[in-house]
Amino acid sequence: MIKKPFFGWGRPKLKYPVIQKHETDLIELALGKKVIVLFGKPCSDIDEGFLKVGNRVKTGQRLSLRDADDEYFISPATGTVTEISEHIGYLGVNQTSISIKTEKDEQWDDEFRNSGGTVSSETAVKFLGRLPGCSSFASFVKAAPTLDTIVIKGIDEDLLITTNQFIINSRTEALKEGIGYLRRITDAKRIILVVPPALVNKAEETGTEVKVVDPVYPQGLPEMVMKKLLDRTVPEGKTCEQMGVGFISSEAVASLADAFGQGRIPVHKIFALINKQGLCVNIKARIGTPVKDVLGFLDIHTYAGDRLVLGGPMRGKSIYSEDTPVSEDTDAIMIQDKERVILYSDTPCLNCGECVRACPANLPVNMLVRVLENGLYEEAAQEYDLLSCIECGLCAYVCVARIPVYQFIMLGKYEFEKLKSAEELNA
Amino acid sequence: MPDQKLLLGSPAPFWHNGSSIKARSYNIILASIPAVVAGIYQYGTPALGVVSLSISFAMLWELLMNLAMGRDLSIGDGNAAVIGLMFAMLIPATTPWWAVLTGTFVAVVVGKQIFGGIGCNLLNPALVAIAILMLSWEGLLNFDEALVNYDLGFYAAYPLGALKHHGVSSVGYYSPLDLLLGRQIGGIGSTFGLGLIIGGLYLMLRGHIRWEIPISFLVGIFVTSLIFNMANPDKYAGPVFHLLTGYTLIGAFFLATEDSSSPVNFVAMLLYGTMAGILTILIRNIGFFLDGTVFAILMLNVASPLLDKIRPKAMGKGVDYA
Repeated sequence: MIKKPFFGWGRPKLKYPVIQKHETDLIELALGKKVIVLFGKPCSDIDEGFLKVGNRVKTGQRLSLRDADDEYFISPATGTVTEISEHIGYLGVNQTSISIKTEKDEQWDDEFRNSGGTVSSETAVKFLGRLPGCSSFASFVKAAPTLDTIVIKGIDEDLLITTNQFIINSRTEALKEGIGYLRRITDAKRIILVVPPALVNKAEETGTEVKVVDPVYPQGLPEMVMKKLLDRTVPEGKTCEQMGVGFISSEAVASLADAFGQGRIPVHKIFALINKQGLCVNIKARIGTPVKDVLGFLDIHTYAGDRLVLGGPMRGKSIYSEDTPVSEDTDAIMIQDKERVILYSDTPCLNCGECVRACPANLPVNMLVRVLENGLYEEAAQEYDLLSCIECGLCAYVCVARIPVYQFIMLGKYEFEKLKSAEELNA
Repeated sequence: MPDQKLLLGSPAPFWHNGSSIKARSYNIILASIPAVVAGIYQYGTPALGVVSLSISFAMLWELLMNLAMGRDLSIGDGNAAVIGLMFAMLIPATTPWWAVLTGTFVAVVVGKQIFGGIGCNLLNPALVAIAILMLSWEGLLNFDEALVNYDLGFYAAYPLGALKHHGVSSVGYYSPLDLLLGRQIGGIGSTFGLGLIIGGLYLMLRGHIRWEIPISFLVGIFVTSLIFNMANPDKYAGPVFHLLTGYTLIGAFFLATEDSSSPVNFVAMLLYGTMAGILTILIRNIGFFLDGTVFAILMLNVASPLLDKIRPKAMGKGVDYA
């Protein structure tokens, strides 16, 4: 944890980790006894004809729950489905958790290879909808005709994570190839690779346009990249995609090369493991590996009161069970010792202004938190720029009163969306 | 499931820079030590008594209000102690106990708790107390009267009082160096200018107060008094005298910067400080009161929510949808 410096009158300077050219260390995790896939549809949606307990699945097999053209997931391992159960995900979303007991002899599914492997948006939507590093690649491809620019993230959004930098550093060739496939799939006019200064030379080997980002948090967030590097400020309440710019991670692009190059849908994810001392190692593991197995492999023990986080220190999500699997979007697993956790409090805002100075989007956070605390979501959006928030979390990081400001803002956005859609329904 | 360990769930971010209300309060107390110790050295045990009593009473009122309102005990965060300390720094060393009791009651209960506690007060609590005492008991804050029995070894007339009653000629009795080193009478912790400046610099550098407010306050005082002085040097004292007397320095570094009653945006802070400085000199030079700092800062406290409307445009506001 980075503490406030002794002389601390300015805004916080949290630097992204920058990996050095020789750093290619990667710990590869062997396949465990069980993999779990979380699927974003409720359990009740499953048609037994498509998926039921006892089914045998092969690695890379495309599995849908109800309809062959419906959403699907890729089996990350060969084995037998042992359990299908309900799982309550983030924001109370009903998900289905599918456990697969793995087998030693791995068999690869041939459907993707036999489909001819033509590089087209149809193939990508049909088979590569969930790429490591981009679980929503299908909708990305579908939105591609409206995009004029695609930005490949060569720096990770959150702190302590170096997955994308690692890809640029060690898988430059795959990245170059992947960019070629991406160009064919999306017909993008402009593809930009955004990297920290240390990786410019490597990035230039890919032959695409390279832009350099200042490795200080939150410059790696899409909205900041848009503003600083593309000179296109995202209007409040709009997304980057609505502005014609799509963001995709380097890992997903390199995975494209693996998929088309080898005729196999990629099932491995590279992520950072941040241990209790704050040290990070890059790990390559099968998608669906439970966090428990990852911790067990590295001999890390957790105790009651510790905090387990999927994602980085600023924007991650804490999890309540070690059975939660590594998914396509898991960029990091962070373990925090209970002695080091700083808890939030319910003290009212002091009006010290730390958050206002820290905010990269110039939000009046001191006022915003007051209206949000009182549930005035519409006022927050109209008067106090709630929707301009780029969700970096710096406000809560610096808060002297330790108010969970970021959570208030996320809740405010969520509730405001609900209000808006209710209004639209009634109109 | 007994074997299942409970992990801690919480919202992001999972890092915090470690700052806290406690650290902030104790740093303010730390920064005020040079000025307070100088005051105690000058006025002896009575000053120590007043400071201790004021801090204790302030914390006691806070505790009683916490219990009465059924809220979490908040005396541990040090804010009440800071209010008590600020109040003690502003009053003379001979203040009777009942005045300290009343003053801290006004400060903590009326100034802070009835608005909802820490962060909700509209006005600086210590200044509310001083203003009420000033208006209710005329002689209480008359430093010439209160400190008449002291033989301090320097020209012991309250500088701003001398200026008001005897005109600019009396300014000659005070050298800037003497004023800076606390060789003047006044509140326990408000006369040792050097100590206040050191404390203020410490707080500014560590980020516990916003540098914009004290600097613009001092600039406001300097420029306004300079204009008055240039317009009529026979009637109005020069800027250095105003900067080093009365509550100017403690006001700049410790009172105007109180978090909850001051603005947070850059331009708003500059306006707030400058206007408080201008108003201070206006009250001193053409107003009724000897020292305008108290009312000037209170006035600007009231204006601060309005001033805070002057803020930079948020990212993405007013951008045309391309």
